[in-house]
Amino acid sequence: MAQHETAHEESHGSLKTYSIGFLCSIVLTIIPIAIVLGGWFDGMVSKVVLMGAAALQFIVQLIFFMHLREEQKPRYNLMALILGIVILLIIVVGSMWIMLYNMVAV
Amino acid sequence: MWEKVKSFASEFFVTGDPMIYGADVSIVLVTLAIIVGLSYFKKWGWLWREWLTTVDHKKIGIMYIIASFIMLFRGGVDALLMRAQLAMPNMEFLAADHYNQVFTTHGVIMILFMAMPFMFGLFNVIVPLQIGARDVAYPFLNALSFWLFFSGAMLFNLSFVIGGSPDAGWLAYPPYSGLMHNPGVGQDFYIWGIQISGIGSLMTGINFIVTILKMRAPGMKLMKMPMFPWSVLSSCIAIIFSFPILTATLALLFLDRYAGAHFFTLDGGGNPMMYINLIWMWGHPEVYIIVLPAFGIFSEIVSTFAKKKLFGYKSMVFAMIIISVLSFLVWAHHFFTMGSGADVNAFFALTTMLIAIPTGVKVFNWLFTMFRGKITFETPMLWTIGFIPCFVTGGMTGVLLSVAPADFQFHNSYFLVAHFHHVIIGGVVFGYFAGLYYWWPKLFGFKLNERIGKWAFWLWNIGFYLCFMPQYVLGLMGMTRRVYTYGWDKGWWEMNLVSTIGAGFMGIAFLFQIWQIIYSVKHLKKDETGDPWNGRTLEWSIPSPAPLYNFATLPQVSDQDEWWEEKQRRANGQQVPAKPVLEPIHMPKNSGIPIVMSMCWFLAGFGFVFHWQWLTIPGLIGVVACMLVHSFNYNNDYYIPVDEITRTESELRKVTS
Repeated sequence: MAQHETAHEESHGSLKTYSIGFLCSIVLTIIPIAIVLGGWFDGMVSKVVLMGAAALQFIVQLIFFMHLREEQKPRYNLMALILGIVILLIIVVGSMWIMLYNMVAV
Repeated sequence: MWEKVKSFASEFFVTGDPMIYGADVSIVLVTLAIIVGLSYFKKWGWLWREWLTTVDHKKIGIMYIIASFIMLFRGGVDALLMRAQLAMPNMEFLAADHYNQVFTTHGVIMILFMAMPFMFGLFNVIVPLQIGARDVAYPFLNALSFWLFFSGAMLFNLSFVIGGSPDAGWLAYPPYSGLMHNPGVGQDFYIWGIQISGIGSLMTGINFIVTILKMRAPGMKLMKMPMFPWSVLSSCIAIIFSFPILTATLALLFLDRYAGAHFFTLDGGGNPMMYINLIWMWGHPEVYIIVLPAFGIFSEIVSTFAKKKLFGYKSMVFAMIIISVLSFLVWAHHFFTMGSGADVNAFFALTTMLIAIPTGVKVFNWLFTMFRGKITFETPMLWTIGFIPCFVTGGMTGVLLSVAPADFQFHNSYFLVAHFHHVIIGGVVFGYFAGLYYWWPKLFGFKLNERIGKWAFWLWNIGFYLCFMPQYVLGLMGMTRRVYTYGWDKGWWEMNLVSTIGAGFMGIAFLFQIWQIIYSVKHLKKDETGDPWNGRTLEWSIPSPAPLYNFATLPQVSDQDEWWEEKQRRANGQQVPAKPVLEPIHMPKNSGIPIVMSMCWFLAGFGFVFHWQWLTIPGLIGVVACMLVHSFNYNNDYYIPVDEITRTESELRKVTS
């Protein structure tokens, strides 16, 4: 137990950064809901906007709440993130590939 | 009024089968016996203080292992019921729908509620001791993981006496697991049992990654870490990336059933194939999650009992990490026959065959470790030696299955059933047994009886080959999995009868193991050394069972097999054991929140199963309340004073020093 007392000195953000992060994530949540419920765009445009909002939301979470920029070495969080993204891509691209070629699905 | 109660009860409880009534009676009797026993001996306070609220990783580990043995019993009974039904043609022992329930619960229990907790139990009791830590990184979270697993397992197991068991197979493929074809509550028990215990599994994965990365003893570089923590690390990496997929997939299935969504339905734009695709993205890594720690255990045992350093340490580490990442690239080999086309099948066939390479590397490493070693054949080593040929042949039938065109013949036949039992029993079960026998003295301070252990080993092995080798042949003869009966004209009965006899052998072997434990407790021969196998790693440097704080002073590590090297140094007189300078030890306090919070989850899950909002909502409120209480509780640690450590140490080391 003695080991992890010493590791508590890194900063974990301030009220200001948390507020900015919270606002950003709320806005990025409201936009997609409004688009879907209001039917502002359709087809390709709405897909691109929705996915864009999701990607921005992901970045906001990582920077303001996961404190990715403030990490000290060794950068386990960054390594885990990269591996996570690789696996995420495998899952998404792999599923699309498998399901698109799936004769039953067509 | 009475009529209403009667009609509710006949829906709520499972009725009609004499075996179920027998189970009802025995559940009530066992529960009564436990309650009466605890009250008579006035042990409720002891149970609450020492076990139910503990955050000590060793006790949590022991509870995991006990729970997994109970689940092994239930899953084993399911297996024997199935084998009894298949022993002869046209048997009328189990009806078709009952058979479906039995194979479903057998699969779910054996993987999720037997193998997983057995594995977590071994993680818990050994990893902190091997890396020279005093506990895991998050002791509270660890207790919460255990109780979540336990609640999930209880919720799932309740289904066979209340409401009805799930019957859609261990992975619950839609459309059969959808509401349209499966309107009963069994499938909801499945979803919530797995969801609740899945949260626990994910948290354990995080907990052990942090423990291994952050809490190693001073001087223990990653590449000087024993092999078991390496296997735990690679297994946990796969856990944290694959369990969220399971949770999401089952959540979507739940929405289909509960809220009328159409993710996996046949109409409304849904696609059941997507479920199969998603569930195997978890399902395949899952089998590597459970087998990697077994590889770690074998590595420790081989080097201890051959009295040699592990051959090819670095290649072993790389092989484990590669297996854990590659396991995410092979999932489609479970549904080659789905019709995704030659490109997809070729890709996944190749990645599957690639996994055989790192696995082969490990087998050679174990063989070379044994080469010219002074091997002794105690039970842990016997299980290891039993494992190697079993896993190699089982792995090879896996390579046969990975050939996509041939798979169209093998798919969902008994060939497949034989293959996965071959690798999971031969790899996982043998591995965890080996680990349990090996570390038992560390857990409880005495060895298990060797003679009965050898009987159990041979019965398990003979039973295993008798049971599963005929199933390969049956598969090639056209017997498909999950058939509940067959006719005389098929020509399958001889093989099936042999297989059932083999299953009976394994059942007897399990009884031998229980007898072995009871016998060894009765004829207790206490191990005073703390190092009964002449071990190589740090867990053997402390007394058994380990004191609450594990290490009075944290060890300073300079070598890969630190304790072995230390013993050599002491024997050569190069180093006298240093007089320890004791300091107060910082420890976490016990907490009742994990068990209370898990009970709230249990109630919420039960409410979800029966669509009882009056139970779900209070349950979920209870969960949130527990979180709040825990976040505002600052009184959660204490220090063990130096004189108490001195007293404990002198008592424990009376004989050794």
